[in-house]
Amino acid sequence: MEKKGFFKRKRDEYLALDRLDRKRYVTDGILNNALYILMVIFIIYTAIRNKNFLSPSSIANMLMLAAVSLPMALGIGGCIVLTGTDLSAGRVFGLAAGMSAAFLQNRAATKLIFEHLPSTTGGWIIAVMLMVMVAGAVIGLVNGFFVAKFSLHPFIVTLATQLITYGIILMFFQINGNGGGPISNIASEFKNAIAGPAFKIAAWNVSIPWYVLFAVILVIVMWFIWNKTRFGKNMFAVGSNMEAAKVSGVNVFMTTMLVHTLAGAMYGFAGFVEAARLGSVTAATGLNNECDAIAACVIGGVSFVGGTGNIGGIVLGVFVLRIIFVALNMLGINPNLQYIIKGAIILAACSLDMRKYLVKK
Amino acid sequence: MAEDILLRMTDITKTFPGVKALDHVSLDVEAGKVHALMGENGAGKSTLMKCLFGIYEKDEGHIYLEGREVDFKSSKEALQNGVAMVHQELNQALKRNVMDNLWLGRYPMVGGIMVDEKKMYKDTVAVFEELGISVDPKRVMSTMPVSQRQMVEIAKAVSYNSKVIVFDEPTSSLTEEEVEHLFKIINMLRDRGVGIIYISHKMGEIKRISDTITVMRDGTHVATKPAAELEVNDIIKLMVGRELTNQFPPKTNKIGDVSLEVENLTAQYSLLKDVSFKAHKGEILGLAGLDGSGRTETLENIFGNATRKTGTIKLNGKECKNRNPRESIKNGFALLTEERRATGIFAIENIRENTVISSLKKHLRFGFLNERSMREDTKWSIDAMHTKTPSQETKIRSLSGGNQQKVIIGRWLLTNPEVLLLDEPTRGIDVGAKYEIYQLILDLANRDKTVLVVSSEMPELLGICDRILVMSGGRLAGEVDAKTTTQEEIMTLAAKYV
Repeated sequence: MEKKGFFKRKRDEYLALDRLDRKRYVTDGILNNALYILMVIFIIYTAIRNKNFLSPSSIANMLMLAAVSLPMALGIGGCIVLTGTDLSAGRVFGLAAGMSAAFLQNRAATKLIFEHLPSTTGGWIIAVMLMVMVAGAVIGLVNGFFVAKFSLHPFIVTLATQLITYGIILMFFQINGNGGGPISNIASEFKNAIAGPAFKIAAWNVSIPWYVLFAVILVIVMWFIWNKTRFGKNMFAVGSNMEAAKVSGVNVFMTTMLVHTLAGAMYGFAGFVEAARLGSVTAATGLNNECDAIAACVIGGVSFVGGTGNIGGIVLGVFVLRIIFVALNMLGINPNLQYIIKGAIILAACSLDMRKYLVKK
Repeated sequence: MAEDILLRMTDITKTFPGVKALDHVSLDVEAGKVHALMGENGAGKSTLMKCLFGIYEKDEGHIYLEGREVDFKSSKEALQNGVAMVHQELNQALKRNVMDNLWLGRYPMVGGIMVDEKKMYKDTVAVFEELGISVDPKRVMSTMPVSQRQMVEIAKAVSYNSKVIVFDEPTSSLTEEEVEHLFKIINMLRDRGVGIIYISHKMGEIKRISDTITVMRDGTHVATKPAAELEVNDIIKLMVGRELTNQFPPKTNKIGDVSLEVENLTAQYSLLKDVSFKAHKGEILGLAGLDGSGRTETLENIFGNATRKTGTIKLNGKECKNRNPRESIKNGFALLTEERRATGIFAIENIRENTVISSLKKHLRFGFLNERSMREDTKWSIDAMHTKTPSQETKIRSLSGGNQQKVIIGRWLLTNPEVLLLDEPTRGIDVGAKYEIYQLILDLANRDKTVLVVSSEMPELLGICDRILVMSGGRLAGEVDAKTTTQEEIMTLAAKYV
């Protein structure tokens, strides 16, 4: 077959159609890519209005913000592939952040949540990270168990665990006379290990923190799990057709449990990073974070119809969402109005996404 | 016990609350033989298979595989022991590709954690070559026609190196040519000594492919005989338990003036191209053709349930736009859909709700639905259709297929249609109940309605239609008179544009 360039091929495709079909071909092409077309227009517009938008420090900032929200989106993406969702993500994230902060307070500070803990060396930091990931995984396991065992919709199950987790968070913040206040005085060793600069780009005079590298590693690991392991393939099969997976001998129960458990561990990790980044955690930390993560997944093409989506899409979705948020700020748009715009974007993105899956007759 | 009996099921009994679904049923499957399992819907064939595969737990009885007693707890366990099933409803992960589906549940691994895609690809090609299937292992399932997906399903069963393979209505979505291919595969498996259970309603196939026939009725074993000793009529007699003298009711309809005119119908998203025809009042017009030849698409385009590119539809000389089903219903059209369970019934609603759903407007009194008039209409529908149901409040899913179909036909009659588009009206309906549906279709024609019937069963079209349009590759291949034509003529036309 003759090799043709992308545009030439598209042009030939277009010319082969009759008048009625040509119009549809163009509108379909525009609508299917509308999100990206609008993104480009939006970025150009913002860049013209505010010269700082595409400056190195601003780009580095967007990169960091994306790296912060990536782990949660990677976790929740699996739940969406199973045609589910996870409303407990934000609270699990908050619990993990609170635990990390409490376990890694500066030993020299006066009012500590836990007084007899090892010193904040590298080993203890890793131990805390594993601890909060396990805590997240346990809540995920509970989610997965009820979803898989009783065929409950994840919406209901995670709504319940969201409340339960919030209760646990509130109780945790009462420990040792803390009285529900924020947990601060976080050890600088912990902050430096996570949010400290990993390397510096001298030409631009920006430094990239460690957690950006962690996010990159997580993306690679998750890509591997989704595409190269038996568990990943089973996950897509269950999301695409649970019955087919069942009769083919896939352990649907274990797959569902594992997807939720893995998601929980990811929220745990995200909360751990957040504690180091913020330096102070409150009981409200993580509130509604799952909304952004779900929106990012859907924008990135992880559809609620189940069985579709890929890691690249999630990464793209997270970036798109972060860029929009930053741009809205830079354009000086009223914060109240920003919510309305965000909502409208999510609605538009989902509609455009669903349009692709509608069977045309 | 004979040496060559691979699978022996003895005295299998299964009781559901209120129903004895299986009553001491026995079945022997020999190596290298095709054992046909026949019976009406509800005779217990699927229940028996579900007991074999551990989907249901049997109450009594024993299952022996190669003389060793087995009791599978899941289809996975059955597969691992060499008992596979090609399911009637295609259970596939459509968004995944062919080889992901083929090896689902047993992906080959490399390095402990990674799925070995290279091996998967190689093995898939090997299995397909062996069976003479030409499908790209990397193609996404949803982009393939149903028949090819079916072939993948069969390849999957074979790839387990199964000793016993159950085929559950495997030909329902295959073309003649593909059926030939399937039979070649089955013969090959038989020569290899595989024991095959073949479940089908199609008498012709059964006679051709099977060595032994077992007939079941109402959960009991009726007879097991060598296929050579049974004629089609004998099988039907055993299945329904009585002599079926006439398969079709006598034709009494009178054909009147032209009512429906369709011109240059071309679909936007399907292959339908330039279909034009006329239909008369009181006429039953058949639409024949292979699966995917555009029969269903024709009905959907007339009904506005699909996007038309070009084409005009006239009813009694007046043009109907029929841009969506709602408008079509107003214009006097009705569509009985092909997939009754998926797009016909509202399974968890009761008979009354299912009956009045398309004509709710006429039950409105001051903005509220009038219970009494809905009840009256439903009663009329149940009486007129001879629907067998304990009450109007019965959930429709608990009725048999034939009775469900009657409810839906009744639903459409309440909208006072001029044109009825019936897509596979007898699919999945018992032999006995089919006759009643035919009678209903004739009654419709007797009332001067125009009836279009799509069917894959040619004898059925020949038996009830006046004229038959034959479709092929999305186009109209020809028109035949049902009284004078033959199955051969229709088949030749159906292959015209393939």
